Amino acid sequence: MTGAFALGGSARVWVAIVVIGIATYGFRLSFIHLFGRIDEVPESVKRPLRFVPPAVLAALVLPDLVTIRPSVVATLADERLIAGVIAGAVAWRTENVFATISVGMVTLWLFRFVVFA
Amino acid sequence: MDGTLFDDDLWAGVRDVSPLMLGIVPFALVAGIAAVDAGLTLAEAVGMSVIVFAGASQLAALDLLGANAPLAVVIGTAAVINLRMVMYSASIAPHFSRYARETRAALAYFLTDQAYALSVAEFARNEGRTRWRYYLGAAASLWVVWQIGTVVGVVVGAGVPDAWGLTFAVPLVFLALLVPAMKDRPTTVAGVAGGAIAVVAAGLPLNLGLLAGAIVGILTGLIAEAIDR
Repeated sequence: MTGAFALGGSARVWVAIVVIGIATYGFRLSFIHLFGRIDEVPESVKRPLRFVPPAVLAALVLPDLVTIRPSVVATLADERLIAGVIAGAVAWRTENVFATISVGMVTLWLFRFVVFA
Repeated sequence: MDGTLFDDDLWAGVRDVSPLMLGIVPFALVAGIAAVDAGLTLAEAVGMSVIVFAGASQLAALDLLGANAPLAVVIGTAAVINLRMVMYSASIAPHFSRYARETRAALAYFLTDQAYALSVAEFARNEGRTRWRYYLGAAASLWVVWQIGTVVGVVVGAGVPDAWGLTFAVPLVFLALLVPAMKDRPTTVAGVAGGAIAVVAAGLPLNLGLLAGAIVGILTGLIAEAIDR
């Protein structure tokens, strides 16, 4: 980044931390603060919010497992995708965070250090 | 500890949240490791865990900071991830409405996925609970474990070789949260669309892929819901 608004490493990090912190606290406080003034959460607020977790989480996960660069085919043989698919099955069966992480990491190491080594 | 102590609502919250720590501890460790990976100092990593105190957004922000994304993208992405807190705030608000404004302001700081889910379920089951004590027992426990886990992650993470790919635990944490979040057709459609767009848009300038995926996912979910009606 260049220009008058370019920030150095540490300043950049602290600005990000403080602004994200303020925004997040605002979200947390929003209706806890408002309640008493309004009796019910408007439907127009509730409806889109329902889709925030699945949309955001999927957008976070998938690019770490699959990439279209250089090609989709190259990705299919990647240990991250294999580990992700197996961990996904564990998540679906158990809904357990610890089991999902453990199985995913062990699968990654198995393919990285044994199968593809 | 004697039985009467654990009959207390505060301790009931502490007790009920403890099994969830199995998922929180590795999550917090990864937050510390990812902070080191992104080039943060211990003070910056702990500052983030105290000031932001929201794991998914912290990990996404760290990833983007490490990739030198513009600040506006780092902040915008983290904010979109934490928008779900508005939903939790709305849902738990009636339980806190009897408390003073300052008390509510303090309780809000500790609001997390786990504290919210646990408390709302317990309040529905057990009318007699003193709301703030049960909630704070669970939420403050999560806070303490989160901070300790971050510090340990920073200290330990620095010594682990890159080849172990410990940061791969980050998408795994999100995966474990994603699967139960896709609980019906519209939410599943939102997830599939959001993920697909994020993959395709991964090459977008300014690291806008995540933000694009999230927004398209939410809109697609709304459309799917409208079609289902």
